[in-house]
Amino acid sequence: MSTPYAKLPAWADYGLIPVINLAVAFIVAGFVVMLVGENPFRAAVILVEGAFGKGTGIAFTLFYATTFIFTGLSVAVAAHCSLFNIGTEGQAYIGGLGIALVCLSFDSVLPWWVIFPIAIVAAAAFGALWGLIPAYLQAKRGSHIVITTIMFNFIAASVMVYLLVGPLKPAGSQAPQTRNFLAGAELPKLNWIIELFGAKIRSAPLNICFLLALVMAFLVWLLIWRTRLGYEMRTYGHSPKAARYAGISETRIIITAMMISGALAGMMALNPVMGDQHNVAIDFVSGAGYVGIAVALMGRLHPVGIVLAAILFGMLYQGGAELAFEMPAISRDMIVIIQGLVILFAGALEHMFRPYIQALFASVSPKSVGMQAVKGTGA
Amino acid sequence: MDMFNAIVQVLDSTIRLSVPLLLACLAGLYSERAGIFDIGLEGKMLVGAFAGASAAAVFHSALIGLGTAVLISVAFALVHGFASITHRGNQIVSGVAINFIAAGSTIILGQAWFQQGGRTPALQPGERFEAITWPGADAVKDVPVIGPIYGELISGHSILVYFAFAMVPFTWWVLFRTRFGLRMRAVGENPAAVDTAGISVAWLRYRALICTGILTGVAGAYLSMVQNGGFVKDMTAGKGYIALAALIFAKWKPVNAMFACLLFGFLDAAAIRLQGSPLPIIGKVPVQFMQALPYVLTVVLLAGFIGKAIPPRAGGVPYVKER
Amino acid sequence: MAQAAIELIGINKSFGAVRANRDINLEVARGTIHGIVGENGAGKSTLMSILYGFYQADSGEIRVGGKPVSINTSNDAIALGIGMVHQHFMLVDNFTVLENVILGAENDVLLKSSIAKARSELDRLEREYGLEVDPDAVIEELPVGLQQRVEILKALYRGAEILILDEPTGVLTPAEADHLFRILKQLKDQGKTIVLITHKLREIMAITDTVSVMRQGTMVATRVTKETTVGELAELMVGRRVLLRVEKGQSEAGAVKLSVKNLTVKDSRGVTMVDNVSFDVRGGEIVGIAGVAGNGQSELLEAISGIRHAVSGEVMLDGKPIDLTGKADPGELRDRGLAHVPEDRHHVGLVLAFEENENSILGYHDDERYLKGPFLDVDAIMADAKDKIEKYDIRPGNPRLKTANFSGGNQQKIVLAREMEQDPGVLIVGQPTRGVDVGAIEFIHKRLIAMRDQGKAVLVVSVELDEIRSLSDRILVMFAGRVVGERGPDATEGELGLLMAGVEHQEAAE
Repeated sequence: MSTPYAKLPAWADYGLIPVINLAVAFIVAGFVVMLVGENPFRAAVILVEGAFGKGTGIAFTLFYATTFIFTGLSVAVAAHCSLFNIGTEGQAYIGGLGIALVCLSFDSVLPWWVIFPIAIVAAAAFGALWGLIPAYLQAKRGSHIVITTIMFNFIAASVMVYLLVGPLKPAGSQAPQTRNFLAGAELPKLNWIIELFGAKIRSAPLNICFLLALVMAFLVWLLIWRTRLGYEMRTYGHSPKAARYAGISETRIIITAMMISGALAGMMALNPVMGDQHNVAIDFVSGAGYVGIAVALMGRLHPVGIVLAAILFGMLYQGGAELAFEMPAISRDMIVIIQGLVILFAGALEHMFRPYIQALFASVSPKSVGMQAVKGTGA
Repeated sequence: MDMFNAIVQVLDSTIRLSVPLLLACLAGLYSERAGIFDIGLEGKMLVGAFAGASAAAVFHSALIGLGTAVLISVAFALVHGFASITHRGNQIVSGVAINFIAAGSTIILGQAWFQQGGRTPALQPGERFEAITWPGADAVKDVPVIGPIYGELISGHSILVYFAFAMVPFTWWVLFRTRFGLRMRAVGENPAAVDTAGISVAWLRYRALICTGILTGVAGAYLSMVQNGGFVKDMTAGKGYIALAALIFAKWKPVNAMFACLLFGFLDAAAIRLQGSPLPIIGKVPVQFMQALPYVLTVVLLAGFIGKAIPPRAGGVPYVKER
Repeated sequence: MAQAAIELIGINKSFGAVRANRDINLEVARGTIHGIVGENGAGKSTLMSILYGFYQADSGEIRVGGKPVSINTSNDAIALGIGMVHQHFMLVDNFTVLENVILGAENDVLLKSSIAKARSELDRLEREYGLEVDPDAVIEELPVGLQQRVEILKALYRGAEILILDEPTGVLTPAEADHLFRILKQLKDQGKTIVLITHKLREIMAITDTVSVMRQGTMVATRVTKETTVGELAELMVGRRVLLRVEKGQSEAGAVKLSVKNLTVKDSRGVTMVDNVSFDVRGGEIVGIAGVAGNGQSELLEAISGIRHAVSGEVMLDGKPIDLTGKADPGELRDRGLAHVPEDRHHVGLVLAFEENENSILGYHDDERYLKGPFLDVDAIMADAKDKIEKYDIRPGNPRLKTANFSGGNQQKIVLAREMEQDPGVLIVGQPTRGVDVGAIEFIHKRLIAMRDQGKAVLVVSVELDEIRSLSDRILVMFAGRVVGERGPDATEGELGLLMAGVEHQEAAE
């Protein structure tokens, strides 16, 4: 059959199945924890308490989540156009370059609320540019976007290392990073929101980018499901032939989708660069682009799902830091394993449990499993 | 003569640097020829390197190390198969997942077991694969031209180096002269033809993936047990991706694959050699530029400016019986 | 009657809610040619796939040579001497004939001896059955007829005594089909048993000894071919008198709306598929293009609708030129009043994963009616979709339902509604009723005639000769990329058949 899977109620499709996949990923992660000789249940408790137990923890969780919302949206926008953008990492890195140029130029003369919009545009533009080249090569030369974006991640890394140990490094400094930005390039914190609820926060980097990320999530929803461009992207994503028939230019749609994806990736850099470190340092993205893949898959490419998945990963990162402190055998690399397991179970194996759940639904109430209409059965 | 010696040295390190690429590239060839995209070469090499160095250090045996590397790497290949063959998942997604699981677990387990910051214990003689000196290599050492070529380029490598190069004709032979090769090529082009001929598509693809796992395991073992005296975290450093690029460049053919890997190995060797020193005409080239060159070159190649690479037709598409 | 080669007893098979085969009984005598006819979707292919081990029956018994057997894989079937020539060839395109023949039937781990054996075996088969083919030719370079021969050779090489052919003539010219039938008769004379699945009654009458008719998953009758007629079989197939001709009045052809001159189109490999084709379509007439599939009709439609670039040619739409060689794209043509119902609705005309309402604007999604600035006007789209559902009786009438969940006929109605309701000046339609149930066929034909009566220019391409003859006011026949003849609606089937086979064309050329 062309559509191998029958329908499930929407809540099972978008709620139950992701939750089951996620649960399995965590169970397997639990075994890894056991393998290094720690108690997985205690680890889970430490993790959750570290992420949500105190105001500071919550603020950190949301700070990390902000980063992942951007990269998750980036991966999702491309995926709706059936483009697998593994280049989010590099696009975010290059986005940081755009921010660095803006901040280093204006931080002594302009206030943050003038610099911020300029930096948003610069980050988006630089990220989009880094997405443009692989997109162009895919559209015009047929080179596989997965491979080219991987290559562009490595090229981005080389470019940034070159700049950060050379031209962008202040004279006399040893650290491979730009000088620290002045107050004009520091974004306001959002910790007061959490403090409204009575929690205490010592110092946490949660900043205004969180709100920007939520706005972008809404805009992505609007783009994909409510605009002509989104309609065209989805058409191409499902069937390039139908897109051609509908008069949608393949080149234009691939390039547009990848540039939007790259722009979202680039904007991710605002959060750590202007919201936290106040400089651009080597490898500041540190894998957040790849986390975006997991977040997008887990969020089933829907902005609401992506925000939730990003918060979950934010929790893992923040709780993971606490965990590494409490259980020395478990470093933050544990998160990388969980990330991989989530990609495996929520992505590559997303249909593994489906038949069982369908059978379950069918046995409980056959009507809930929408029967497929009669399709050509013979010849 | 200095110039000559320098060239021999660069070529010698070209061979050394090409070997992991070549093994991984041939590994990818088995999988992709059978119609399974595999961007998880990187991860499988990494777990191979880790498992190999760990087992060699614990059991004090290079062979046990190699065997463990192959075993674990094959296990990861089977996970890829489980996701992309049995459950028809997205092959790229599955490959990405494997790379992450490999990256995280090698560090976590390494730290938990050896407490050396993600490293495995330094391997002692007997726990690594030593260089093999060919008969007469020392004798001809001082003979001009032939001496360095025989003594350094041909002789003096570990057994795994010779294994890697032997795998090139062997893989060609398997592909084009054996029943398994015929079926594997067929399943990568038109799995329905294989299915209707009464051959199990899934089992055939699993076997191809096992071959992939064996070779990535050896590639990993080479990294941690030959090139380096132990495992260092993230020691594959993108080699799996370069191997993938080389595979495309080679148009999925074994002999081409060898030349592609030698080319990329040469670029790497030249970058190390030239580090910081100025080139004629161009002047001083930043190290980062030399490091990025293989990737840039790959992009140029991929863009089809040199020939057109046609992948196996059924590649990346899970097989579903169609009515 | 001779001993039965195959007996199927009480076979049932369901796919989800679809019962593809219900309680099927079938007996085929050894050394005969047995036909199975039925409409698309009657369950013929499913039944044969069960016999070949490609699917497993939910219940029922299979006997081969009188003995009950269980066939779980194709391997089991092959071991029992059953071979199958699939409708879509199961060949590896970049392999040689030899490699394809030995695939799965190698006698050794190494290929050398298998290749030697296959070479001599092919030589023998060539002598015995006249099955000539170059063993070292690469499949993708062979014409379709020869590719099919390789499929037959594959089966014979594996020692098939029972050969199943699934719609073998769909891709063949009449001459190639005749050649195939001669081969089949020869095989029969050598004692092989042949099962021929088709929906073409003429073939059944020409070659089979006995025939079974399937309808909606059930076996409705089995007849000795000599004792039945085309009329009876047709009636059994559809369950009532076939409406061969839709009622229609005289056409009142007006001005030329679509004019094609010297159009040449090549496919992606650079092979000329449409060769210097010229014709006009006037308002108020239906022009039908007949031809065996693969003679350039698909490429012609794609070029005229702007999907595929033409190499050369002049095309006028409403008297104004359009550049099909590079600039024009489907969107522009649509704006200029050319609507297109494509042959392949699953991948081209529809996005199956979309909701019905989303598909009802595909291609017109940039129309102001459906937009508010850059945003989709969801209310307008929904209202529009509901309107079309009502007018075209699309069921189920839910615009939020995923398109994949509609039946073939209703999917086709979604496309037709979308294209016809734009009030185009020119409508081009590829395979209007492929995979569509009988009820919907009548509806679609009536709609097309109504378009004509409104003064639209309608161009229909179909491989169903009956459909072309029933709908068209003028019939063009395509063969090998050329228009080889034009006839009126009263042309006989035989006359058109000869044109489709390129016979007159070749004679004229001599």
